[in-house]
Amino acid sequence: MDIFLQQIINGLVQGSVYSMVALGYTMVYGILGLINFAHGEIVMIGAMVALSVIQLLTGAGFPIFFILLISLMLSMIVCMILGYSMERIAYRPLRNAPRLAPLITAIGLSIVLQTLAMMFWGREYHSFPLLFTNDSVHIAGAVITEVQIIIITVALVMMGGLLILVHRTRLGRAMRAVAENPSAAALMGVNSNSVISITFVLGSALAAIAGIMISANYGIVHYLMGALLGLKAFTAAVLGGIGNLRGAMLGGLLLGLIESLGAGYIGDLSGGFLGSHYQDVFAFFVLIAVLIFRPSGLLGERVAERA
Amino acid sequence: MTSPAATLLKISGIEKRFGGLTALSDVSLHIQAGEIYGLIGPNGAGKTTLFNILTGLYQADGGKFLFGDIEYAGRSKPHILAKAGIARTFQNIRLFSNMTILENVMVGCHHHSHTGIWGAITRHKNARNEEQQIAHRAAELLIYVGINRAHHMLAKNLSYGEQRRLEIARALATNPKLLALDEPAAGMNATETDSLKTLLQTIRNHGVTVLLIEHDVKLVMGLCDRIAVLDYGKKIAEGVPSEVRNNPAVIAAYLGG
Repeated sequence: MDIFLQQIINGLVQGSVYSMVALGYTMVYGILGLINFAHGEIVMIGAMVALSVIQLLTGAGFPIFFILLISLMLSMIVCMILGYSMERIAYRPLRNAPRLAPLITAIGLSIVLQTLAMMFWGREYHSFPLLFTNDSVHIAGAVITEVQIIIITVALVMMGGLLILVHRTRLGRAMRAVAENPSAAALMGVNSNSVISITFVLGSALAAIAGIMISANYGIVHYLMGALLGLKAFTAAVLGGIGNLRGAMLGGLLLGLIESLGAGYIGDLSGGFLGSHYQDVFAFFVLIAVLIFRPSGLLGERVAERA
Repeated sequence: MTSPAATLLKISGIEKRFGGLTALSDVSLHIQAGEIYGLIGPNGAGKTTLFNILTGLYQADGGKFLFGDIEYAGRSKPHILAKAGIARTFQNIRLFSNMTILENVMVGCHHHSHTGIWGAITRHKNARNEEQQIAHRAAELLIYVGINRAHHMLAKNLSYGEQRRLEIARALATNPKLLALDEPAAGMNATETDSLKTLLQTIRNHGVTVLLIEHDVKLVMGLCDRIAVLDYGKKIAEGVPSEVRNNPAVIAAYLGG
């Protein structure tokens, strides 16, 4: 029972990170019909920037809370600028191009960002400094660390905030209007270009936070960390129904749970033949299964093939 | 304050080509503030193309138009023209079908509300007040166009006639000086058409100039102060309904003479 509970906790922690990243995919898809495969790299850059800031500031005698706040702010700002420029430079000129063109551009961007990060931060694994004490809380035999509690809380607050933003505010209304019908929205006086820019900026800010979360949880940062994480978050978005915000949140949490429960029990189930390092396989099993049995995702509407 | 006879929209020599096809050639019109102006013509005459240029969906290949005091070369972005005071509806209804009817109209209030990203995130007091005002105004507009439905109903669940009215409410929410309607009576029955006619007269009496594309000849003749006829991208006639009705070129265009 305690293993089960432990895996549930781990799954929720991992899942909140997936959800935050999946939101970036789903927001951009919802509004442009584009899958921004470079989104995972924004997560990585967010983590790298935070790492550099923390390295610079530690030893200067600042309180930990201050260091964390500054690194969070700077990494969000860098990622927001990156997200904005990405859309402006790489995607906007291709707005009316065939759908394959922006997709390939996204893959290219992702490689460019990985390479730049490698040149700047090097190929080696960096250890992400421990910002909190390793204190943990014991619940019914399972352990949850302070960092993990913070991760889950921040993710929930961010996701709640995003839902309010999209469903209860003028800006959110404009975003939904552009997503449904860009030309009609423009004729109502909505500047669709600036709404699209804001969408990228918001998604990138969430990605920066997610990058710091996952690095703080695992204690490791690497220039390729965005690739697999991005693919999994994309899987989570598809699982929930891509284009649907609640779907991305649900999909992320479910995927985290599936992965961690799978990893926890696959050893027993296969009689020791397969180990927990098969964890990553589960995400892609889920992706394949969703694409076969429910391509519109759990919360996605069954829509006719888009032109 | 513009006097009743002032020109609101002056279109001069607008040209539009699609490849080798000339959709509009040298089209010029004057629309007076406060009138209901009809634009008619056979299918493919270029009426909707002209609307698309006036609202920024298409770029003109030549010519210009003067709206209010500002001259446009037919190359401005749609949201700029919306701000300037041109609003429209579509021949094929283009609502935000998965948003509520109230939200649809509230989107129309977008450009004259101001809350930016920061206000939206912090839910500042001004932002909330502004939201309430917009919602209030949107609710009034729904009643104004005659939609008495629950505000949270999704736009796609309205009847066809109501969807057309909702599009008008959404366009009015932008506070337009000119309301351009692309076949608003299409698919309506006689009763619906009659109440649409009353609505358009009310709108005009409240100071909004109406530009109307319509195939229902009875509606156009009974409603419009002046009419222009397009055929193959050229203006072939213009005048009050009785003049246009008896114009030989118009009769030829319609009967294929």
